[in-house]
Amino acid sequence: MNMELSRRSFLKTSGAGIAGTSLGAFGFGEAEAAVASFIKPFHLANTTEARNTCTYCSVACGIIIYSKGDLRKGEKADIVHIEGDADHPTNRGTLCPKGAALRDIVKSETRLTQPMLRKAGSDTFEPVSWDAALDKIARMMKDDRDANFVATNKDGVTVNRWLTTGFLAASATTNETAFATYKVVRSTGILAFDNQARV
Amino acid sequence: MTNAWTDIKNTDLVVIMGGNAAEAHPCGFKWVTEAKANRGAKLIVVDPRFNRSASVADYYAPIRQGSDIAFLMGLINHCISNDKVQWEYVKAFTNATFVVKEGYGYQDGLFTGYDEEKRDYNKDTWDYEIGADGYAVVDETLQNPRCVWNLLKQHVAIYTPEMVERICGTPKDKFLKVAEMIGECSTPTKTMTSMYALGWTQHSKGSQNIRGMAMLQLILGNIGVRGGGMNALRGHSNIQGLTDLGLMSNLIPGYLNIPTEKEADFATYMSTRGFKPLRPNQMSYWQNYRKFFVSFMKSMFGPAATAENDWGYQYLPKLDVPGYDVLRIFEMMKQGKVNLYFCQGFNPLQAFPNKAKLAEALAKLKLLVIMDPLQTETARFWEDHGTFNKADPAKIQTEVIQLPTTCFAEDEGSLVNSGRWLQWHWPGGSPPGEAKTDTWIMAQIHLRLKELYKKEGGAFPDPIVNLNWSYKDPGDPTAEELAREMNGSVLADVYDPADPTKKILEAGKQLSGFGQLRDDGTTAGGCWIFSGCWTEAGNMMARRDNSDPGDAGMFLKWSFAWPANRRILYNRASCDLEGKPWDPSRKLIEWDGAKWAGYDVPDIAPTAKPGDVGPFIMNPEGTSRLWVRKMMRDGPFPVHYEPFESPVANVIAPKVRGNPAARVFADDWKQFADIGDPAFPYAGTSYRLTEHFHYWTKNNHVNSVLQPEQFVEISEELAKEKGIALGGWVRVWSKRGELYAKAVVTKRIKPMTIDGKVVHIVGVPIHWGFVGAARKGFPANTLTPFVGDANIETPEFKAFMVNIEPSTGPVVA
Repeated sequence: MNMELSRRSFLKTSGAGIAGTSLGAFGFGEAEAAVASFIKPFHLANTTEARNTCTYCSVACGIIIYSKGDLRKGEKADIVHIEGDADHPTNRGTLCPKGAALRDIVKSETRLTQPMLRKAGSDTFEPVSWDAALDKIARMMKDDRDANFVATNKDGVTVNRWLTTGFLAASATTNETAFATYKVVRSTGILAFDNQARV
Repeated sequence: MTNAWTDIKNTDLVVIMGGNAAEAHPCGFKWVTEAKANRGAKLIVVDPRFNRSASVADYYAPIRQGSDIAFLMGLINHCISNDKVQWEYVKAFTNATFVVKEGYGYQDGLFTGYDEEKRDYNKDTWDYEIGADGYAVVDETLQNPRCVWNLLKQHVAIYTPEMVERICGTPKDKFLKVAEMIGECSTPTKTMTSMYALGWTQHSKGSQNIRGMAMLQLILGNIGVRGGGMNALRGHSNIQGLTDLGLMSNLIPGYLNIPTEKEADFATYMSTRGFKPLRPNQMSYWQNYRKFFVSFMKSMFGPAATAENDWGYQYLPKLDVPGYDVLRIFEMMKQGKVNLYFCQGFNPLQAFPNKAKLAEALAKLKLLVIMDPLQTETARFWEDHGTFNKADPAKIQTEVIQLPTTCFAEDEGSLVNSGRWLQWHWPGGSPPGEAKTDTWIMAQIHLRLKELYKKEGGAFPDPIVNLNWSYKDPGDPTAEELAREMNGSVLADVYDPADPTKKILEAGKQLSGFGQLRDDGTTAGGCWIFSGCWTEAGNMMARRDNSDPGDAGMFLKWSFAWPANRRILYNRASCDLEGKPWDPSRKLIEWDGAKWAGYDVPDIAPTAKPGDVGPFIMNPEGTSRLWVRKMMRDGPFPVHYEPFESPVANVIAPKVRGNPAARVFADDWKQFADIGDPAFPYAGTSYRLTEHFHYWTKNNHVNSVLQPEQFVEISEELAKEKGIALGGWVRVWSKRGELYAKAVVTKRIKPMTIDGKVVHIVGVPIHWGFVGAARKGFPANTLTPFVGDANIETPEFKAFMVNIEPSTGPVVA
């Protein structure tokens, strides 16, 4: 049989469970409808799509993320599939061996899921609450900054720098995250500030 | 990249040297394939390995790692000697005609003013002759022996094809074939593109590698044109954006500088940033520096940045050294001078050189804070993994806080691609467990710190308590709010000075571009080069119209490119002095008699008459620079320097060790193998595999199945000499550490003859560690030396010396 149906419209209809009816409407006979009824519903039916960019190199291939659940409606969304965006001028839908496996980095077994603390001398991480972790970070930053802040150099010039704490910034976060990070880090007087571009 | 990925289809010749696009940037490399298929373009690959880019090249030439400058200067020498020069371009658009002042010179590998003790130069003589009119003296006839062109000719004369063969190991006939193919691109109707990556940056003279090719491209007239350019293939999805936004020790967003302590006040800081044009009529666009700086400070400190307090100038820290780069900070950490360290999506234990030193340094911290979507080796540096990571947790007092963050699929915002496109993306999934966005975490830290300072007082709280943080929910700023802030907005109405009834800027409105930024506090703008990304017309980065008028590859309605949505930098140089395209079949913009227009946003004032204003509008010269005055620490021209660890002494300057202006810490010198050290006879290099991304994808099941296990790659000749079998275990060691891996014995690597001596190469892929789904292995930085590029401190990962022997494999506890 020669089914000149677009992949998407066919799959949508079969996935919606009205395969027989709509195939009938397209003029197919009962035999084809019977075959269609055995086809497993397309796994991307009833998913939501989000346009995104591959997280690896700076070719920045366009991708489409398919999820069960819709974040825009405030629902939980579980990513079921990621593929290349055919509309994207650079990659035109293609992906490399890394990009093609993107779903598995999102779903990696070694994703972190809760804040953890490793105490001095300990051989293990233990869970800690966000509040406890953030309070501890802020406290230790303040104590270190107050103890080691250099307001003036030996010539009396105002230098307002803090050298005993350093910050390495990510290179796969957004510009917006980077800008927020810049503001917070720079406002403290940290100069040991760097990102992946250094290496 | 000066150009875009999609522009590579417009080229006639692709040179991949210092990179391996087919494996490291596969989907970008498709544009090379496109150029080959549709234009008959040729591909040249110059690399120590016959890699996958080489396997589809029209011509491959081997080169020893760390000798690229000799090769590139050899190419320039060839072009000059054989009249393969785009003369009109060189005379009008480069500083070839500029006269260099008396006193500057070069001899035996060193420029005038070298101080061996400081490993630095006094650069006073590295400048132009300035005439009575206040402008740089030029000689249009190129007769003056001190004009840049003649100095260049003299500088590159030593790099003959024979010398290239001696230093690089590239057989003379192969070098000449490459030179001949490249020389053809000196005609105005043939263009060449350079695609490079870490193969050029990760050397103690990485910046000069890139300059070498940029100079060649200028001599061929290939900058600013379709299918040309200097194209840095950047590695991480937003490494370009983080650099643009100045997340580095010495930067302010948009390539402005953090003050040094010699600049005690704002007036002093600005006094060296006048950027007075060096030739008549030139735009010298950095003359607007003050507008960019003041608008940044308004974005940073809001109402607390005032004219009275010099826009909060003293709120910024001042540097006493060129920068606290990662090498310096880990050296300080090792000395016990650093207490707290944050790693936001970063795995330095794998990513910086000399793993043993890094681990020693981390163990001296009080607190290490990790923000990451994934487990990293750095977060677990204190864990004992036997031979893969020897550690005694009981002895390590560092506390570690590990915070789970979202990844790309769960957050919203923009990333800058290699071609400077800011592309917006939307989240597709919910974060796992309690993972939070990095923005939320940074906001929470800031708010807590601010609260503590308000409550307790303390050391100079002013910049923290006055940080402009006026987001709707201060605990969780949105991507839209931050993007609007980077774009910039009007803070107070501005009226036309010529007509006070005419309002030219209205308070509260988004700026349309950086041309509207002001230095009087009436505008704010977080990052001037991003201005135009979120205007009154909305989010320009989210635009998805993929139309491409003229099939030019520009895609002006897709996303937003900095600066000003321009897709090819210096595109004025795509036209001759009359404003007509050098190659009418590859028109980009042209002068229509009244203005510049075309397929790209003109990189020149739209009404600047051709002939008046030069195409390199950021430079005070109005031209590009073949000779860079005082702007590089290690010299105004590139010189071949050997890597710090090298099989041979420097043929052209035997007394010079490594890059003479590169900074080396005392303890690290002791950990370098001597030149020609028989204990470390083989030239090591590190590289990436197409199935893996740095140290991330070993956390990915699929990629770990594709490339499950570490290996090192050696030639059949070396394998035979050492009795190493294909697939057999080997031990590889440098003066800093050792690793065990299986041997891949290939024809892809061949021994090279360097200055008469046979040199074997050992290739070390970088991707393994002790965390993740792949088998445990050793990162390449177990071996690599702790030294960086003289200008920007990018570590020398690509050239180091090792030894190798057959082994029984690692002892796994």
